[in-house]
Amino acid sequence: MVDLSIHPEVVRKVLTTFLRTEIQRTGFRRAVLGLSGGLDSALACFLAAEALGPENVLAVRMPYRTSSPESLEHAQLVIDATGVQSLTVEITPMVEPLFERFADMTPTRRGNVMARERMIVLFDQSSATQSLVVGTGNKTEILLGYSTLYGDSASALNPLGDLYKTQIRQLSAAMGVPEVIIAKPPSADLWVGQTDEGELGFTYEQVDQLLFLLVDERYTPDECIEAGYGEKFVRAVVERVRRNHFKRVMPLIAKLSNRTIGYDFLYLRDWGT
Amino acid sequence: MKYTLALAQMNTVLGDVRANLEHHLALIREARSSGAGLVVFPELSLTGYALQDLATSVAARARTDDPTFAPLLEASRDVDVMVGFVDEDERHRFFIASAYLSGGEVLHVHHKVYLPTYGLFDEGRYFAWGDCVRAFDTRFGRMGMLICEDFWHLSPPYLLWLDGAETLLLQSASPARGMSKQPFLSSMSSVNQLACIYAGMFTCYVAHANRVGFEDGLNFFGGSSLFDPDGEQTKTGPFMDEGLVLAEVDTNQLHRSRARLPLLRDERTNLMLRELQRIVDSQITAAPSR
Repeated sequence: MVDLSIHPEVVRKVLTTFLRTEIQRTGFRRAVLGLSGGLDSALACFLAAEALGPENVLAVRMPYRTSSPESLEHAQLVIDATGVQSLTVEITPMVEPLFERFADMTPTRRGNVMARERMIVLFDQSSATQSLVVGTGNKTEILLGYSTLYGDSASALNPLGDLYKTQIRQLSAAMGVPEVIIAKPPSADLWVGQTDEGELGFTYEQVDQLLFLLVDERYTPDECIEAGYGEKFVRAVVERVRRNHFKRVMPLIAKLSNRTIGYDFLYLRDWGT
Repeated sequence: MKYTLALAQMNTVLGDVRANLEHHLALIREARSSGAGLVVFPELSLTGYALQDLATSVAARARTDDPTFAPLLEASRDVDVMVGFVDEDERHRFFIASAYLSGGEVLHVHHKVYLPTYGLFDEGRYFAWGDCVRAFDTRFGRMGMLICEDFWHLSPPYLLWLDGAETLLLQSASPARGMSKQPFLSSMSSVNQLACIYAGMFTCYVAHANRVGFEDGLNFFGGSSLFDPDGEQTKTGPFMDEGLVLAEVDTNQLHRSRARLPLLRDERTNLMLRELQRIVDSQITAAPSR
């Protein structure tokens, strides 16, 4: 019923032009991104390589000691296919001291620490190499809040943020992302055996269709239930989108003056460029 | 009469009028050397589109003593020019505006009458609403100017048609949006459909200049076009790329099209006026009109 098909060449042209113009207008020429071995970062790497030239893209692999060896191998496939510059920075020695200090850390806390450590490495490389950090979060995970605030959600610009996961798969196939990466179950790989769909409790295909109706088509939750989606599923997703909205906005500022950042001091980031 | 119309499918620097002015003058020179008689620039071509709080600091006045308009008026001695800008009137209201310059003079200024303030648009927050739709005479015939949302409503092009416009000059800063399997984003085809319908129904030329480039994540898609009085698209600019799109206009085509299809002759303006008055009167208790 819901058709999330895209025309890959149109989307490819928009996103590569977006990366090139929005990076170059600020005086930069280069991009840096974290390459996990998963699909989103693979696609972001393909887009950045095409937009800026592979010599201007730095892909950083940042494994932790429990990271799947397959993830490293798949990241290498992307590096080889695109010809981008690459770097491997093991985060284990950076995060272990914090894990030892708080021995009772839950897997979620540990996962967040790892995601934020990777952010530190990327933004440090951004400064070291005069490049901008390209984000890799898709519309599904941004809406669901399935990311770490100031971790993997942190970037300078994000070419994938208006594409649902199922649309990411279509564009990836058209751009030549290796099939083994497209076909494998999506995983944040923060602990052994973790998969997105196992953790979320539904498949991307299901939730993308529902989110498309709720967000893009402005269906009410009741209309989605009438359209055949399970009530429990619909209510859970709606609540999840609402509860995670804090991850999609800037920190709150209390208004005191006559002109306050975010309320009545309004400029695009591209101001003057 | 035949002449060459140039659609300046350009990018802008957001809020930098001086840089945009230089770009205009270069494109006008290029158009002139290509033999163009008229260059049409996109909406807010002198300022950039999503101005927000910059709106009040980039305003100009279409007068010879204005530092932005003086060189444009000088350039218009050789080739007619339609530009987009923020107009600050005598009472310091700020309008999204277009000006038609010819022979060193300002022939007409149009203030955008429909300000989209919904979805991704927020124009009504920053700008005053124009309140006038008028056609005007040029050396290439009678024309009318409209700005983007103006022609998403039927009444402004309709009024210009009745006011004698033979060419509608449309300027946009239209962000592309709406993905599907089709080889374009849906907003792109909507704009072309509108232009095509106006050309065919009003048996007039419709020239549409849309800008390119990004402002933050907004992507202006270009695809500037010319439709002839039979509703045929005779020229199209590239998707997303800058370019000076040259199109030939044959004003004799109006004679041929209107001889074949006398829609203007048969238009029942009095009927329209009477029924419209009845409808307005019957809704007099509804929300006040703008």
